[in-house]
Amino acid sequence: MELTGAQSLIKSLETEGVEVVFGLPGGAILPVYDPIIDSSIRHILVRHEQGAGHAAEGYAQVTGRPGVAIVTSGPGATNVVTPLANAYMDSTPLVVITGQVATNAIGTDAFQEVDITGITAGVTKHNWLVTDAEDIPRVVAEAFHVATTGRPGPVLIDFPKDVANATATWSPPGPMDLPGYKPVGEPDAAAIEAAAELMLAAERPVLYVGGGVLKANASAALLELAELTGIPVVTTLMARGAFPDRHPRCLGMPGMHGNYTAVTAMQQADLLVALGSRFDDRVTGKVDAFAPRAKVVHVDIDRAEIGKVRRPDVGVVADCRLAIEALIGALRRRAGERAGSLDPARLAPWIGLLDTWRERFPLAYDAAPPPGALDGSPPLKPQYVLETLRDATPPDTILVSGVGQHQMWAAQYWQFDHPRTWVNSGGLGTMGFAVPAALGAKVGRPDRMVWAVDGDGCFQMTAQELVTASSERIPIKIAILNNAYLGMVRQWQHMFYEERYSEVYLSPDLPDYVLWAEAMGCVGLRVTSPEEVLPAIEKANEVDDRPVVIDFRTDSMEQVYPMVASGSSNDDIVVHPSQQGLAR
Amino acid sequence: MSVGSAPSGPGQVVPMPLAGGTQARAGKRLRHHVVTLLVENKAGVLVRVAGLFARRGFNIFSLAVAPTHDPRFSRISIVVDVESAPLQQVVDQLDKLVNVVRITELHPLNAREAELLLVTVAADAVGRAQVIQLAEVFGAKVVDVGAQALTLRLASAPEAVDDFEEVLRPYGILELQRTGRIALPKLGPEA
Repeated sequence: MELTGAQSLIKSLETEGVEVVFGLPGGAILPVYDPIIDSSIRHILVRHEQGAGHAAEGYAQVTGRPGVAIVTSGPGATNVVTPLANAYMDSTPLVVITGQVATNAIGTDAFQEVDITGITAGVTKHNWLVTDAEDIPRVVAEAFHVATTGRPGPVLIDFPKDVANATATWSPPGPMDLPGYKPVGEPDAAAIEAAAELMLAAERPVLYVGGGVLKANASAALLELAELTGIPVVTTLMARGAFPDRHPRCLGMPGMHGNYTAVTAMQQADLLVALGSRFDDRVTGKVDAFAPRAKVVHVDIDRAEIGKVRRPDVGVVADCRLAIEALIGALRRRAGERAGSLDPARLAPWIGLLDTWRERFPLAYDAAPPPGALDGSPPLKPQYVLETLRDATPPDTILVSGVGQHQMWAAQYWQFDHPRTWVNSGGLGTMGFAVPAALGAKVGRPDRMVWAVDGDGCFQMTAQELVTASSERIPIKIAILNNAYLGMVRQWQHMFYEERYSEVYLSPDLPDYVLWAEAMGCVGLRVTSPEEVLPAIEKANEVDDRPVVIDFRTDSMEQVYPMVASGSSNDDIVVHPSQQGLAR
Repeated sequence: MSVGSAPSGPGQVVPMPLAGGTQARAGKRLRHHVVTLLVENKAGVLVRVAGLFARRGFNIFSLAVAPTHDPRFSRISIVVDVESAPLQQVVDQLDKLVNVVRITELHPLNAREAELLLVTVAADAVGRAQVIQLAEVFGAKVVDVGAQALTLRLASAPEAVDDFEEVLRPYGILELQRTGRIALPKLGPEA
């Protein structure tokens, strides 16, 4: 079949099963936008290319399918570098297509030319510059294969304008030409046996669950493993929802702002079974002081993660689901041979200790005084907003967040009982992630309610994508926890810079978030007191034909607790002031 | 030694006992390991490899690259400073590059190494004979002769190249270019 390169590209995307792309046209990508008119693929026109990238990430995180973005060359391409870096850190499958100047102009400093394959080499799994239209079906097939297999991640296809305009024969992609790409899958049997032995011998074990469990769709297997062994579970920021928070063995989130029990359970453990987690500095605190008595089993699909930070006693390079299933098999065989080896009573002292901590050190904040107790304006606590939102939305609601204090409160106070219901920027910490990611999430899962919790600083970075949401009738809901500050930076200046607040004040009402929301075609609401919280949320929940933005005016002074100061040992976790005198 | 899917990882280093006299020199050499990469012969591959070293803070001591007998592939020989990063981490990160087909990690004691040197040495009528004599001792060739200088070429084991450079230094080295070392595994008895 004779097609132009541009038609060939779109046909190749259709062949990959792509249903939606996020993008914004421009000079070099113009040829590709013509066949989009005739394609079955839905194109969502964003207002900034960064929005296209984050929307594709939100789509990918909730569906498990690769997100696709199309942008033009030069500034269009550089604007999508942040989403690529974000997706690389969080292992999100993304296929980004950038326009490029014609091949004979490459290297001449042509208008809107940048070396985007060079720029993105460090933030993509791989990238391709297409120089021959005949290569398009193969390159697209390779790009989707690399993005979605092994440890998932973003890839980029740079597409020169003359290649888009050339005529070529389209045929279904033949064999891929990737002699150096060998993703692993099955775990090594001997390593699984060794890991199972350690799990049976441990007296204070913890399952340290990371985002890899979600990527591998291993939540059901993890639940079976936890119930078979009775071993308690912590879920990292990237793994919230991989194991249900309502489960009695779920200890919640560890790390810099993790809860006391999750953090201390890892510190006191004699065995950590790391499943798709990477010993991130936000989890370990000071590495030399992290879980000092624990043996480590480390399961990861990326061999380079094994031993990168902490040398494991047993390393398993494998897909998490296959590894967990193999562990279950090995443990069941042992339980058959040695009666009582999985008796829940063996862990009773450990569970008892954890329960003591859970009772003594729950998440805590100073609740607002009852309405009217102060002169008309009791401070609105951000945690109270989140608790109310959590309780007033369906249990399978997708929660999206930006980066900062609001993100940590959301990760702490939400109850995540389902996989792929939590979308956030973990590794890169990209402010402005929430609005476009929520848009993409809602496109991917139109059947679900999608709420974004955002900060006022974050919201100002990417709010323009609410115009996209309004015009495309994508009814997302945004809760701005507006504390008039870059709150997390303020918290660090409060704690570590003697309350010298440098360049963190933003103002609660400049911009006017309600007017801004309405100008972008959304419903805009403002909440200043606790009794207004629930009615506003209920009103927002009823709107399903346009986005809603609620400007929650929250307490500027509120700090995120607990906290492990950067570079400190997790043993030195700072709990809420009301708990600081309690025996540990 | 190729990077496969065995969980134990590629290129396990097996330390070998050393004779007493060579201990000091070998100790210095052991800081450096040669990693040879079979890579796809495509545009930009060298940038990806070098960029990975820069990004991850691994030090490159020297680097040599050329196509293999199969024009689809090139071989890159990199001498890695193993004090800058654990060798296994360097190898595992390189293995993630899609264009890297195979990695062979060579312990210096298990490798046949070679390096090429071109050097221009100050040599007037008086010094010329001495320099040529030294070149003969090392097996170097005179490739150019000027009124006040000689250019010499030596292809040899890297340590011999080091030594040659040292003995020439007092005569005055005007220009010097080394290729960086290349290496292949030593042949075992079964090879």
